Amino acid sequence: MKILFKIIPWFFVALFGSEIIAVFFAPKKDGAMHTREFARLPVVMNGRVQPFDSVGRNTLLQIRSTGDVPLEEVPSWKFWHHPKKLKSTDWLLEVLFKPESADERPIFLIHHPDLLAELNLQDKGVKKSLLRYYTFNQLKPVLAEIGKQGDQARQVDEKLRNPFQKQVVKLENAVGLYVMMKSAIRPPGWDDLEAELNTFEQDIPGGVKAVLARDSGQPYDKVVFERFGAPLSELLELSKDPNAGQSFPLVVPPSNPSQNRDAWNSVAQAIVESVREGKIPAPVKYLAALGTAYSTGKTDAFNTAVADYKAWFEQNDFAPEVKKGRNEFFFNDTKAFLHSMIIYICAFILACLSLLFLSLVPLVGEIFRRSSFYIIALAFVVHTFGLGFRMYLEGRPPVTNLYSSAIFIGWGAVIFGLVLERVYKLGLGNVVASFAGFVTLLIAHNLAIGGDTMEMMRAVLDTNFWLATHVVVVTLGYASTFVAGFLAILYIFLGLLTPILRQKISARDASALAASAAPGGVPAAVVTAAVMKTQAGKIDVGQALSKMVYAILCFATLFSFTGTVLGGIWADQSWGRFWGWDPKENGALMIVLWNALVLHARWGGLVRERGIMNLAVFGNILTSFSWFGVNMLGVGLHSYGFMDAAFNWLMAFVGSQLVIIGLGLLPLNFWRSYRSAAVPPPIPGMSPEPQTT
Amino acid sequence: MSERVLRSATELAPAPHTGVGTASSPRPVAELRKGGQKPSPPVTALNPLITFFSSLRLTVACLAFGIVLVLWGTLAQVEIGTFKAQNEFFRSLFIYWTPKGSALRIPIFPGGYSLGFLLLTNLLTAHFTRFKWTIKKAGIWITHFGLILLLLGQLLTDMLARESVVKLYEGETKNYSEDFRGTELVLIDKTDPQSDLVFSIPDKLVREQAEIHDSRLPLALRIKKVWPNAAVVKPDSQAPMAVPSGATAGNLKDYRLIPEAPVSENDQRNSAAALVEVLNGTQPLGSFFLTVLSSGGQSFSLGGKQYELGLRFVRYYYPFSLTLLKATHEQYRGTKTPKNFASRVRVQNSDQNEARETTIYMNNPLRYAGLTFYQYQMLAGEMAREAGEAPNSVFQVVRNPGWLTPYLSCVLITLGLVIQFGMHLVGFVRRRSISPKRANAAA
Repeated sequence: MKILFKIIPWFFVALFGSEIIAVFFAPKKDGAMHTREFARLPVVMNGRVQPFDSVGRNTLLQIRSTGDVPLEEVPSWKFWHHPKKLKSTDWLLEVLFKPESADERPIFLIHHPDLLAELNLQDKGVKKSLLRYYTFNQLKPVLAEIGKQGDQARQVDEKLRNPFQKQVVKLENAVGLYVMMKSAIRPPGWDDLEAELNTFEQDIPGGVKAVLARDSGQPYDKVVFERFGAPLSELLELSKDPNAGQSFPLVVPPSNPSQNRDAWNSVAQAIVESVREGKIPAPVKYLAALGTAYSTGKTDAFNTAVADYKAWFEQNDFAPEVKKGRNEFFFNDTKAFLHSMIIYICAFILACLSLLFLSLVPLVGEIFRRSSFYIIALAFVVHTFGLGFRMYLEGRPPVTNLYSSAIFIGWGAVIFGLVLERVYKLGLGNVVASFAGFVTLLIAHNLAIGGDTMEMMRAVLDTNFWLATHVVVVTLGYASTFVAGFLAILYIFLGLLTPILRQKISARDASALAASAAPGGVPAAVVTAAVMKTQAGKIDVGQALSKMVYAILCFATLFSFTGTVLGGIWADQSWGRFWGWDPKENGALMIVLWNALVLHARWGGLVRERGIMNLAVFGNILTSFSWFGVNMLGVGLHSYGFMDAAFNWLMAFVGSQLVIIGLGLLPLNFWRSYRSAAVPPPIPGMSPEPQTT
Repeated sequence: MSERVLRSATELAPAPHTGVGTASSPRPVAELRKGGQKPSPPVTALNPLITFFSSLRLTVACLAFGIVLVLWGTLAQVEIGTFKAQNEFFRSLFIYWTPKGSALRIPIFPGGYSLGFLLLTNLLTAHFTRFKWTIKKAGIWITHFGLILLLLGQLLTDMLARESVVKLYEGETKNYSEDFRGTELVLIDKTDPQSDLVFSIPDKLVREQAEIHDSRLPLALRIKKVWPNAAVVKPDSQAPMAVPSGATAGNLKDYRLIPEAPVSENDQRNSAAALVEVLNGTQPLGSFFLTVLSSGGQSFSLGGKQYELGLRFVRYYYPFSLTLLKATHEQYRGTKTPKNFASRVRVQNSDQNEARETTIYMNNPLRYAGLTFYQYQMLAGEMAREAGEAPNSVFQVVRNPGWLTPYLSCVLITLGLVIQFGMHLVGFVRRRSISPKRANAAA
């Protein structure tokens, strides 16, 4: 049994650790066609250098809300069976170079019954977990209708649109994005990109001559003029697309990087510019070569073109861009947050088991507790790696948007949980840490559906100093308030449903805690560990929880206050107003006031253990309001746009917290921990019996 | 909310009397002692007020009211805008409720000033009566002192801070800024080509039907009509809502206007307009239509002198001038996301014999002569070309003598909290690390 005690926790670490090692350190092999190598190539989109992989992933997320396209139907109960999937880069390659295949992929989600009826699509599409996905070809006959409905819906203010209108707009955006992406590299109609491009390049001198001659009213070569003029005017049109760089990538690097690294162009812009010099730039040619090779299925030609293009980048002073593409691909590919999320949920199950067993079979409980603690630490390492790598990629402090705030809040909460667990070895810190880690990463995962999560910072936010101070500190304030709130929820549930709150903590911890609990009382040190064991400690789990909540609330006050005032100072720096009663500022202020209220109420003896717990749960409501709710008001400088789905979740969360507070207010005889317990015998040598004040 | 807090407190209070309560009751006593509250001071008949004002219950109640106020004021912004919500909820003694169809203003909730004042009183009384000067309390002292500084500083800011704007086109020089909201009626004597003599009539005198006679003024003015916010359209406009101004003279005589509801958003300005009659003694010379939207005033002559009458945003003049040399607006490649707004400006102060160039950009204001110039709005580069306007930059000019107080109090409060909680933490860790050893030794 002793051996198991040591071995089992390490077994869990080895189990999860080996998967992590496999993901991070064993490079995946490229297929016959080196699409992973292609995925690493750098482009510019959304104002920043990123690999093709990110372009594919973020576009697909915006269209389909998933990172890849499932290729086969697998019943959801067969969870062990991984369905075959089209990875985002492979999907992107199809969209760019083989649109006839891409048009057959079910990527457009429509679920509003009225919209389906309007578009006559009820019986078509691929059904997957109750959602219907449609291919572009299926939508083709109704594109005009989608456009018409979309235009109508757009005239209604965003916040006032009904679900039908919202979905129409979303669908129209998705279709628009898809169509634009299709002509990002290959102009429509240039089926064999490489050959068409060569013809065009050869025609440039003759074509230019013909155009000039025609313009000055002289005789000209009609055949060349036609052959050259038609695609040129089409390219001219394409090159003026204002969505270049926002809806589809700029893939042609600047010709003179030492002068201006930012001047990336779309293919159409690059070709139009090249007419003047009579020579198509090399990157366009490489892209054409690999595109044609891909569409005709010539593996070797594709691989050669990709390798040549990469070599060209490196020879032409684009080493930083290539490195960025490679690193971001690695980051996307390892999915650090997904892996740590999986470990957190397993750790959460173990932590719950440990609570269950800790009183029944202490040794088994302790094994679970340790296992949970160890793998939370492992998940935390992975989490930290992901956070750190993101910071490295962006060159920014950890929190730059709502997405990264979720990741960072989780990270902070896990630290708090781990420290609590290290101090009070009760399994409670484990529960909080693993739960917070899992939930926040899940929230982040859902926030990522909006698209690129590493967008560039607008001018006013473009300051690493304030992002590193105000934003980080105030986010830690959120994290700690949440931790206090979740500990309080744990208190309420454990108290109502189990007798655990009344149980004394094991001797070892009691000796330490007793010392802290009664500083003026009899020093705990005089009581030996052995004595403690037989007499049972004088602090029970409920009291320990109360101490944890108090400690965390102190941190929460510190962080939320300092963070809020720092935010005010930033505002003073950027527009001369320390405090403008902006909704986000007010949200943060409410957290500060709330934490101060709880602490003062405790110091004033206005609330006791249960009161503090209920107040701490209410802190969850205020924090979630400040974190998400104020963004939904749509006023002020911090509003990031209205988020529908998030609004419903927020309301559900607030409702659940109110229910929990209601439970916490139930009279003590409903509490399993307190209802039938006889008064324990007074413990000799301990602090005197309490007096009522 | 405060009600809920108090109720849960009273509900829990009897717990120690029951058998159940005994198990969980040792803490409150221990913590009360630890938390820093002395056993209540003896209550004498003389100072029940002091007891009330120094009580922690008052603190908690104020904080609870504060949270409700902030929440309410935040939600109200959706309806009434940030600026109005600020004035009604936070810069007020009470929140008033006006029943429909009446002119009553019934105070229903304490406003920001009342709560701030109560908290301040509470803090000060508590410190003078309840608290002891001990090193153990140093953290609390520092924190609370920082808090007092912060509250007073914000009060100071509310009273003394002045925000105005200055809009400069590239190459333009100005030695004044304009108020964001307040307007003034000006009569300018332009007779002397070297300098203008400006008579400024403040906003509060410009009311409908008011007549302005002043011995300092060369003539009298009668305010015939005032529009708090109005759009102005050209005489040939087909706008159906436009109404004639009623003017009989001036170059805006035939212009018409569209009255609009006053706006109250933080970054919106009202375009006030007025119809003003010029009187020579009691003899009317003509009515002029004035609006803040017109760049210059309306000229007329009287008694051989050239005058200009105008309505404009209140101007604050400075002993130095600011010249916009270049406005730069950069965007991230391929996006509309602004990357940078920067204005190269020259500050010229002939009194100080000072002339220097500097760049103002986001998060990097220019602090000069007690004023701070912030990059506020900009039209430059591609956007200016599209709008058909010359590149220009608008600076927010803030005069705030209390601007340093938040910086100081931030440092103080953070320090205080770190000391206070740090002492708890260090004590806790020390006890934890010592006790097992000692326990072993005892064994």
